[in-house]
Amino acid sequence: MPMTGLTGSRVRERRLAASIGQADLARAAGISPSYLNLIEHNRRRIGEAVLARLAGVLGVDPGLLAEGAEASITQDLRAAAEMAAGAKPELERIDELLGRFPGWADLLAGQFRRIGHLERMVGALNDRISHDPHLSQALHEVLSAVSSVRSTSAILAETEDIEPEWRARFHGNLHADSERLALGAEALVAYLDGSEQETDMGSAAPQEEMEDWLAGRGWHLEELEVGGKGKAALDAEVAVLASGAARTLALDWIAQAAEDAQRLPLAAFEAALEGDGSGDPLRLAQQFGTDVLTVFRRLAFRKDAPEGLVVCDGSGALLVRKPVEGFILPRHSAACALWPLYSALARPSQPVSAVAEMPGLAPRRYQLRAYCVVQHPLGFAGPELRDAAMLIAPLPPMSASEAPMALKLGSSCRICPRAGCLARREPSIMAEAGG
Amino acid sequence: MGKHILLIEDEPNIAEAIRFILTRDGWQVSTYAGGADAVQQVQKQRPDVLILDVMLPGLSGFEILGQLRAMPELAKLRVLMLTAKGQGRDRETAEQMGADMFMTKPFSNAEILASVRALVAS
Repeated sequence: MPMTGLTGSRVRERRLAASIGQADLARAAGISPSYLNLIEHNRRRIGEAVLARLAGVLGVDPGLLAEGAEASITQDLRAAAEMAAGAKPELERIDELLGRFPGWADLLAGQFRRIGHLERMVGALNDRISHDPHLSQALHEVLSAVSSVRSTSAILAETEDIEPEWRARFHGNLHADSERLALGAEALVAYLDGSEQETDMGSAAPQEEMEDWLAGRGWHLEELEVGGKGKAALDAEVAVLASGAARTLALDWIAQAAEDAQRLPLAAFEAALEGDGSGDPLRLAQQFGTDVLTVFRRLAFRKDAPEGLVVCDGSGALLVRKPVEGFILPRHSAACALWPLYSALARPSQPVSAVAEMPGLAPRRYQLRAYCVVQHPLGFAGPELRDAAMLIAPLPPMSASEAPMALKLGSSCRICPRAGCLARREPSIMAEAGG
Repeated sequence: MGKHILLIEDEPNIAEAIRFILTRDGWQVSTYAGGADAVQQVQKQRPDVLILDVMLPGLSGFEILGQLRAMPELAKLRVLMLTAKGQGRDRETAEQMGADMFMTKPFSNAEILASVRALVAS
């Protein structure tokens, strides 16, 4: 089973906070003090049983010790290791790296993300050069004019006995072609100048840029609530996003959130949440005469909401990714095929609900609710648009015996340790495969 | 040895220059600016060599070539393709579709004479 992050460091932190001596904790947990010392310095992996005993003595949830904020750095480091050609990074010692050289680990993970951004930018530029119709048209013009100039001037230079009518004619052609060449070259320069301004558009994935902004806001835009300052108050924040694509996404997001706030006014919505108690999105949608996805968004994007949310389109591509601790959302690759999100996508208007478990030393459980809405904005003749969403609500820890039969999910195959998963589409890079 | 060349090229000044060079070399040259009935022109004129531009308005040079190569009565026709994009992709397509030779713009006058002579000699 994989260790996520600095389990040992967290044990040490908790022990010091509780003012327990290393030897005392070791004795209480039934291990030797030297072994505990190695564990606390992230030099040894912890088995599930030992972790449970340590957590018991320290009076904390094993999950808190097993996983932490470093989970995403670990994910990036593992993905970076996967891309290492030739080099053989010590995958099994990632925790040690994080523990002893957190700065270097952070740098490595940051560089890995930066490489991803740069690769996307190169891809975009490549596409632009090979497929851009304006560029290829401008080049065609220049090449055609140059061809004509080359042939015509060679005729004039090399044909000694050329008739005067022909000479005049070719002179006229040369003049026309040189004009055309000048215009073509100007068009080319103007094009290249213009595209320079857009170069930064590929430098970060626009969706990530927007998500970073929303995460910084706690995914809640209070300006848009009824009686708030309104959309215009967000203009300055949108303007500082680096790419035009991210600004467009952010404006779409704001428009949607403002509409949601009108349809489900906060005060009435929160009153209904308290009154109902179950927080069932279908019942709330019925009560307010609105659609389920609106309720999902209002639940996940209210202030300090514990729920995460993913939304995908008909292709399964994730359009919205609000994370929840422990439920890692894939950054680049496609998500786990077992997510109820995709069951819902295939069966519009039917609620799909499941208790699911993410892999980990102390598996975390989540209540997942997914729903898909189909729209035909152009009527019978137009395309069918699907939007599926999945609300991710963390469940309190339960013991193995009291936990219901949970659906065993992952984030994405490459970073999922589950051995023998029937839905696996590619091998995992996780060194040790657990259940 | 064939003497009749049909040139399908939509750039009038290029067509004029090529026609002048080849006529001086002793060929009988007809030109055509391209379009939907290019294939009918070839059928009607039955040239020995066809010089065909890739970038034509209406029907692309590749489409014209594809239709010509599907006609058994034109099996002996020699085809030299011209393009402004010297990309390997275009050359590959031209070869697959049955072009005998391929020349990228801007070409020299000596090149076009040598190519046409080589085509007829082969």
